[in-house]
Amino acid sequence: MIDKRVETIEAALDGIGDGSSILVSGFGGTGIPFALIRALENMTARDLTLILNGIRFVDGVSPRIFGDRRVARVICSAARSRGRDTSNYERQWLDGELEIEMVPQGTFAERIRAGGAGVPAFFTPTAAGTLLGEGKEVREFNGRPCVLETAITADFALIRAARADRWGNVRFRGTQGNFGLAMAMAARTTVIETGSATDAPIEPDSIHILGIYVQRVIELEDASPSNAGGL
Amino acid sequence: MDPLTRHQIAWRAAQDLLDGTYVNLGLGMPLLVANHTPSDREVMFHSENGIVGVGPLAKENEIDTDFVDAGSQMITLRPGAALFDSSQAFAMIRGGHLDVTLLGGFEVSASRDLANWDAKMTHKGQLVGGAMDLVSGAKSVRITMQHTTKDGAARLVETCSYPLTGLGVVDRVYTDLAVVDVTGNGFVVREVLDGLSREELQARSGAKLAFAEDCGVLTAPDLPTG
Repeated sequence: MIDKRVETIEAALDGIGDGSSILVSGFGGTGIPFALIRALENMTARDLTLILNGIRFVDGVSPRIFGDRRVARVICSAARSRGRDTSNYERQWLDGELEIEMVPQGTFAERIRAGGAGVPAFFTPTAAGTLLGEGKEVREFNGRPCVLETAITADFALIRAARADRWGNVRFRGTQGNFGLAMAMAARTTVIETGSATDAPIEPDSIHILGIYVQRVIELEDASPSNAGGL
Repeated sequence: MDPLTRHQIAWRAAQDLLDGTYVNLGLGMPLLVANHTPSDREVMFHSENGIVGVGPLAKENEIDTDFVDAGSQMITLRPGAALFDSSQAFAMIRGGHLDVTLLGGFEVSASRDLANWDAKMTHKGQLVGGAMDLVSGAKSVRITMQHTTKDGAARLVETCSYPLTGLGVVDRVYTDLAVVDVTGNGFVVREVLDGLSREELQARSGAKLAFAEDCGVLTAPDLPTG
């Protein structure tokens, strides 16, 4: 029998250790696995690679992850903190202690999707001729220069969703989906944090992430801070 | 008249959005465009976090934190809206299905280059977001910005000084002083602010301006400031 549900956060995050790469879904406060991020803050794993659209929310909800210098590398499209001050992670980046790979958001999404779909690289016109295209192979297609972008895969993906069933099928609500499907496909271990992990199956034609991409489901109350969208 | 306010620039840009088109609005001034789109036109607003059919901001009794746009604002949806994932949202952009993208800008060059993502701040992290994807994919790239910086430096320039977002991509620029097309032959002014001379406009621009044969007068209704 298939039952991907786990009972404890320890079981959900089992295997995350020094050097792990972790995809974290979420955009604008929605689809963010806040409970798992808070749990990650209480672990000791170091030298982590975080792959997420924006850094800010992780630092906002779990400041010790960067405060304790446990992240070596970030791949993202947004690394600017709010306000005028320099945040902890920005300081680490400016001092050369934290590597941040800046990726156009669409290329970010497609590199992850490609990783999950077994496409090792692709050409795209996005960023051709710009700073973010520098050092990449360029070829012309249909008269337009395109840069070669490589796929992203990772050890773990952490995703928040409205509902999952015991087979690991997932349904989102509203704009929770964002990077979730691509990240679930691109991770060796995908963990779904949900408020509702059911015995009853989700209707087959209503599934957003297919259970084949999901290894673990954990039922946890939403741990979003009240200012989740503003983090 | 006085130079256009942010809302008036947005209003002017909104007048060019046609019925039945799909349009992405960037953060800042472009987002105001949604408030000023003529009510007899059905424009479907796209948001790169996975929405076609973004409606007005949610009122207090409509707030649902699972429904946000790319600016992290809580929004409502229009009839006919659809929700999807980020890969799909950018496939839509990159695949040429989006009619218009309206973005803010630091500088636009006479060769249609846009710089709008990296202000080379020495104490802050970078933020590129979806701008590079939008300018390389949308059928029409339109920019709203002030004609000059606060210090009076030109933003319509020969060559951009800030890092580029895209090369040879900009079609039209809406400023507080003019509506300017960017063509294979450089800047072509379509409308000049009521009361501003062509010489004064040229003096506030960093590259040669041509004036369209039917160059008109830029005006806008009184609108809330902000």
